[in-house]
Amino acid sequence: MHCSIRSHNQGGLFVSSQTIEAPKPKLSRRGGTLYRGREGMWSWVLHRITGVAIFFFLLVHILDSVVLNISPDAYNAVIGTYKNPLLGLGESALVAAIVFHALNGLRIIAVDIWTWATRNQRLLFWIVVVLWVVLMAGFLPVHLHNVFTEPKH
Amino acid sequence: MSATIDAPRTPASGSAPRKRRTNWEKWGWIYMRVSGVLLVILIFGHLFVNLVEGDGIKAVDWAFVAGKWASPFWRIWDGLMLWLALIHGGNGMRTLVNDYAHNVTVNKLLKWGILLAVAILIVLGTYTVTAFDPCPTDPTLSFCK
Repeated sequence: MHCSIRSHNQGGLFVSSQTIEAPKPKLSRRGGTLYRGREGMWSWVLHRITGVAIFFFLLVHILDSVVLNISPDAYNAVIGTYKNPLLGLGESALVAAIVFHALNGLRIIAVDIWTWATRNQRLLFWIVVVLWVVLMAGFLPVHLHNVFTEPKH
Repeated sequence: MSATIDAPRTPASGSAPRKRRTNWEKWGWIYMRVSGVLLVILIFGHLFVNLVEGDGIKAVDWAFVAGKWASPFWRIWDGLMLWLALIHGGNGMRTLVNDYAHNVTVNKLLKWGILLAVAILIVLGTYTVTAFDPCPTDPTLSFCK
């Protein structure tokens, strides 16, 4: 790839032309660009997917709460479905999505307003992942125990 | 050699000072961040009290909610969550529609659908959290006196 630069003086009496080599893009890393296929892109993809999932759950969750004002029995029947093991696993997935979306959202805010965070957004992504693992490791045993065993009282 | 460059004939913003319009996209951007931080606090608190404390999901029923909503604290908490989360989610969905729905009709239809869903659920949810009566069946409960 070549690109040529010409310079003219105003009267056109002097014309010089030179050719310089265009910098070759480095392709040392597979898919090796700054963004594509890297932490920045995957955090963005996950933020969208978890966001959409949470939004649709929110719609359902508000509708089930509306039943509160119909009658206690009706509400207990609806909320009872949340207690079966299958939905218990669904709640685990929902909480996993919410915790990621929350932590990554805070990362986005930091990257927007704080130069250090902009430079270290990649590190911050892995901090988000670690915090997500820690919080889920705290939540899952408690929740799954509640879902798969009978309450004590 | 020096060159003199004439001032541009047309001022950048027209002859009269341009009327400043509200930059809604900027306010949307700010809203996502401000509501996002508040929602982290509100939703983590909601999840802790409803799913982690005590018997978690097994303990959640009408009486559990009545106990929480006996105090205005949790009604305000849940009401704030309702408004902030629906608008945050609705605006997020609008972003996705603008990114992926290139057909003008489909784009408009989807955005009207989102607006309608958000508006209806805000009305229904606000009604639920404000009109809820913890004592419709048993007025002898301690918090009903």
